[in-house]
Amino acid sequence: MPTNKLKSISKHRLFVPIAFLVFLFFVNMIINPGFLKISMGSDSNGNPVLIGNIVNILTNATELVILAIGMTLVTSSSKGQDISVGATVAIVGGVIMRVLCGMETQPTTLHAPVVVALVLGCLAGIACGMFNGLLVAKFKIQPMVATLILFTAGRSIGSMAMGGLKPKAVSSFGYYGNFIPGFPIPTPILITIVVIIITAIVLKKTNLALYTKSVGINDKAAYLNGLNPNLIKFITFMILGLCVGIAGFVQASRVQTVNPYTIVPSIEMDVILAVALGGNSLGGGKFNMTGSIIGAYTIQTLTSMLTTLNVNTNAVPVFKAVIILVLVIIQTPIVKSFFHEHIQTAKLLKTQRKERA
Amino acid sequence: MFLKKKQTFTDTTFLLTITISLFFIIYLLSIVFLGDKGFGKIQMFFNLFNENAALIVIACGLSVVMITGSIDISVGGSTALICTTCIVGLNKFGLNFTTSLLLALAIGLTFGAIQGFMVAYLEMQPFIVTLAGMFLGRGLVALIEVNQIQVSNPGFEELSGARIMIPFLGDINKKGMFIQSKLEYGVVVAIIIVILMFWFLKKTKLGRNFYAVGGNAQSALMLGINVKRTKFYAHLLCGLLAGIGGFLYLFHTRSGSVQQATGLEMDAIAASIIGGTLLTGGVGNIFGTLFGVLTSGTVLLVVTAIGSQDPWWSQITRAALLCFFIVLQSIICARKK
Repeated sequence: MPTNKLKSISKHRLFVPIAFLVFLFFVNMIINPGFLKISMGSDSNGNPVLIGNIVNILTNATELVILAIGMTLVTSSSKGQDISVGATVAIVGGVIMRVLCGMETQPTTLHAPVVVALVLGCLAGIACGMFNGLLVAKFKIQPMVATLILFTAGRSIGSMAMGGLKPKAVSSFGYYGNFIPGFPIPTPILITIVVIIITAIVLKKTNLALYTKSVGINDKAAYLNGLNPNLIKFITFMILGLCVGIAGFVQASRVQTVNPYTIVPSIEMDVILAVALGGNSLGGGKFNMTGSIIGAYTIQTLTSMLTTLNVNTNAVPVFKAVIILVLVIIQTPIVKSFFHEHIQTAKLLKTQRKERA
Repeated sequence: MFLKKKQTFTDTTFLLTITISLFFIIYLLSIVFLGDKGFGKIQMFFNLFNENAALIVIACGLSVVMITGSIDISVGGSTALICTTCIVGLNKFGLNFTTSLLLALAIGLTFGAIQGFMVAYLEMQPFIVTLAGMFLGRGLVALIEVNQIQVSNPGFEELSGARIMIPFLGDINKKGMFIQSKLEYGVVVAIIIVILMFWFLKKTKLGRNFYAVGGNAQSALMLGINVKRTKFYAHLLCGLLAGIGGFLYLFHTRSGSVQQATGLEMDAIAASIIGGTLLTGGVGNIFGTLFGVLTSGTVLLVVTAIGSQDPWWSQITRAALLCFFIVLQSIICARKK
């Protein structure tokens, strides 16, 4: 029966994010008829590049997707979110710029190979993750309070890492956030694909997903089954730190400069929203990585739509805050059971009416 | 009897004693070692209150929600919203002091009521709800006014510029003239609120219910306390105090912008934690919160006075102070168990 099929589709875990994404695409196409067009253009140096709204969304969503992968694991295992991701991206950006530019504001060459900067940036991210993980796993502090510390201090630490300067690296560092000359697909898209493939392999081949879920669902039961819940939580925070490192690298490479106080503003909100939109409970437990990734792309589509509509960048969080509240309200057991009861009574009335007839 | 008294000492008074003595130790040390940087002046002590009057009120509100076992990180956002809305009202729509105060209270209460409803009756995670509230507040500021704005309302400015002269206390300036110490009216409001809240939490039924719900919601329910309503009232009270605090902030700064009061929620939470309010709920003291604000304020003054020109140290010090007290609390709690 068609109604049954419809129902089973709407019950699917990925229904909400995909439906929302499709809806946003429709709205975008109404606003801008050429929304889906992808064309071949050339940049200022005459190299061929892909141009189009879709390409922009895929490119700009890179940081969000990478952070959402880490955040999904943290949410699942520790029943809370890391709100310091934006600030730690600032730290990573500061470290990378310091490594690449030293104490010069306009260096003519890179002071270190880019690989060194990437590795040190990732190490800085992992260090931040370890700090958060230590507070959460060892000292049993609620994740959001624990990460509030870096949320406040992170941007200042990033500024300190750069020595208060705002250096601009040479343009060859920009290959990783824009285009490699002669190759038309933006590099961030390639980085995203690589990260997603690695995540998929890790989740398929290792026990990480199983362990994370079991700690999130019931850490006492996980402990009794021989797992170390503290270690698992700590590891998820470290993985998020690694994700922050990669995201910070891409972000720093985009404009080859970092302003720690304004880099990735309110991205913590976007990331949490992506995780919630992907059908994951913000209260921990089971997770759905595909959902989070689709959620991240949905959020980026929403952001670019609001930008097309000339909404002030500072005002964008209003819409996202409302959406996240609606999503979380739908997820709450009370609202769920309320609707469930209504549907039940409606069904009951229907059968009663049928019987009478 | 003696044993019981000792137990209560370890529970609540221990952290409070640490905080109060820490405040006096830091302040005395800075008078001794940094006296030439202005710590010797009496006005410096009053400035500590002048600068932090709004934070004291907001931190009182946060203590209430934290005692109930919840949290509110939207206070910075609602403060920014209150400042900008009131300034727009004062400058363009002919509001005066009283009506703008009412507007501020209305905004605070709205935030408190909506968030309280979601946390208490829909059983949503307080952190997610108030995180959304924080971004909502700041985003609404940008919708109302993108640029930084100043109050240009003569009546309001006159009131805001008024100071209380403290009799017989003052400093002698370089020319040898005696200058009386000044106190802002906002401080008086803040002190009154601290005393009122202390009385409210210790002596009224609702105030005691806050502790009961935060300590153990299940037992509170069995005692016949309406847990949901109590949580709702806690958030409502926090919203009201955030409204008053936001107005005091405006009263002190007389300006508003999107980036205003960033990190205020962190300062307020830090003050509560330093003052001995447990993150897990059930334990807390308003006087501790007052001293928490004063301690962190003094530490910031010390950091500035030591002469570091780099702007990042103040934020990092605040975070480090918060980190230290959170970990201390966690260790104390773990030992108690």
